[in-house]
Amino acid sequence: MKAFAIARLELLIARRNMWVATSVILMALFTFVLTLAGGAPTGTLGADPLTVAATSVTTLSVYLIPLIGLLLSFDAIAGEAERGTLALGLTYPLSRREILLGKFAAHLAVLAFAVAIGLLVMVGLILWRHGSAGLSPERPLKLFATSLALGASFLGIGYFVSALVRRSAVASGIVILIWLVCIVLYDLGLLGILIADEGGTFTRDVFPWLLAANPADAFRLINMPAETVSVLSSDLGAAGSVVGTGMALASLMLWPLLTLFAAWLVFRRLEP
Amino acid sequence: MSCLRIDNVSKTYGTLQTVRGVSLRIVPGERVALLGHNGAGKTTLMRMILGLTAITSGMIDVLGHAPGSRAAHALTGFLPESVAFHGALSGREQLHHFARLKSVPVTQADALLERVGLDHAADRKIHTYSKGMRQRVGLAQALLGRPRLALLDEPTSGLDPISRHEFYDIIDELAAGGTAVLLSSHALTELETRTDRIAILSKGRLLADGSLADLRRQAHLPVRIQVTARRESAENIARTLGGQRINGASVLLSCPQEEKLALLERVTGFGEAVRDVDIIPASLEELYRHYSAPEGGGETE
Repeated sequence: MKAFAIARLELLIARRNMWVATSVILMALFTFVLTLAGGAPTGTLGADPLTVAATSVTTLSVYLIPLIGLLLSFDAIAGEAERGTLALGLTYPLSRREILLGKFAAHLAVLAFAVAIGLLVMVGLILWRHGSAGLSPERPLKLFATSLALGASFLGIGYFVSALVRRSAVASGIVILIWLVCIVLYDLGLLGILIADEGGTFTRDVFPWLLAANPADAFRLINMPAETVSVLSSDLGAAGSVVGTGMALASLMLWPLLTLFAAWLVFRRLEP
Repeated sequence: MSCLRIDNVSKTYGTLQTVRGVSLRIVPGERVALLGHNGAGKTTLMRMILGLTAITSGMIDVLGHAPGSRAAHALTGFLPESVAFHGALSGREQLHHFARLKSVPVTQADALLERVGLDHAADRKIHTYSKGMRQRVGLAQALLGRPRLALLDEPTSGLDPISRHEFYDIIDELAAGGTAVLLSSHALTELETRTDRIAILSKGRLLADGSLADLRRQAHLPVRIQVTARRESAENIARTLGGQRINGASVLLSCPQEEKLALLERVTGFGEAVRDVDIIPASLEELYRHYSAPEGGGETE
């Protein structure tokens, strides 16, 4: 499997370009601040420290993980096409599927490393401040796995855009736009419609699907336990609690597959 | 058996036809130079052989495999024009990576770095390399796994004369080992002694394909004879033989190939008045100009 050779090289490049360091520092720093800040109001709310921290980290991850995923991937094909390294790479005996999978594996590993460090910081801080009482591995693990699925979805989107436009600068602009739409505008739009709809058919029948369809919202739904969401989050999460976790989970598993497949379809037709 | 067989291949981009009905064969150990201006179709032809670009019509066979197939790629080495690499990697890291992609032991990559004269810089980042050094990395990767077919697009562009010489030495070695070499160039002079056959491509059409001697014979280009005379006789020789005075005491004569000996006889007839005679065969430049000129190729539309 030549994908291993590609992954190995991409990891080396990610390390050289400081992508690994940047991702890890971002995740660790934000988790550190949020866990500490989120711990302050615990007493009054009565929620356990892990839930509070996990909710804070989830809110953070919804913004940060898609961003890191897109930043890691937007240059993957366009950059190589522009530098002229793609044509040479494609004359070696390996398929484009292997190239894409190799890059994906490396970038996912970078993301996994950053997320893992972030979660270790979170768990470490909770242990330090509150001890091990009530600390179960289940929630951090769920957060870890779904973070990777979220990241993978946006890696796939990044490759798709990268292969489609073939110009690094254009790809970077488009992925920032996609990030803005998926993470910020999508929720605002839904919220606007919800308010206008005043509990009509949209709120009951369409909204849950639309919420689960966005991988970022699906991620939030899975990781924010409904009972605390109403207390801790003024977000859409509360309204979305009508959506089954199953639907959100399915969405989060489908997105990486769909976007990677779409990226492969475009990459397959690309003439370097 | 041919290492490369191109049969009546054409390539059309929209309404623009960049390659028109080209046929070419290369057998093991043969070095063929593809000559042409920018835009003549050299790079497009190579890209079709590599499967990077689809063939519009015609057929290409790479050692019994379809162009672009994994089997064809495994047997082919390619040096693209103005080759580029990821600047954050060292030459060694980059070449080891290519060795893994080609399922070749990395020790071979190290040996090739040494062969192209990069062993001293192998562990430096590629972004610190000069154009010539990057070109050497490019040549080294094209040699990985001893390809049966080597495609070298402008391999010596941007190289100094000594590097060019070393490049051709390596290419000669490769061909001596049985690899078929197709290289494109517009640095004509260096090809004279370094290739077995020359294929001239102009506006997508193959105008000539043969050894240098064949092409000279077919072109019927005049032979030039430069006579260095004694100062006082130069004028007389020029007038008698119908030549052109150059550099004071020299006379440049021109005649068809078959009249060369007769003319030489007349030159030697001047006896003491002639100090030296040089015969200048048609150069590759002239041949190239002859074949690629619209009226000179003898090819019809």
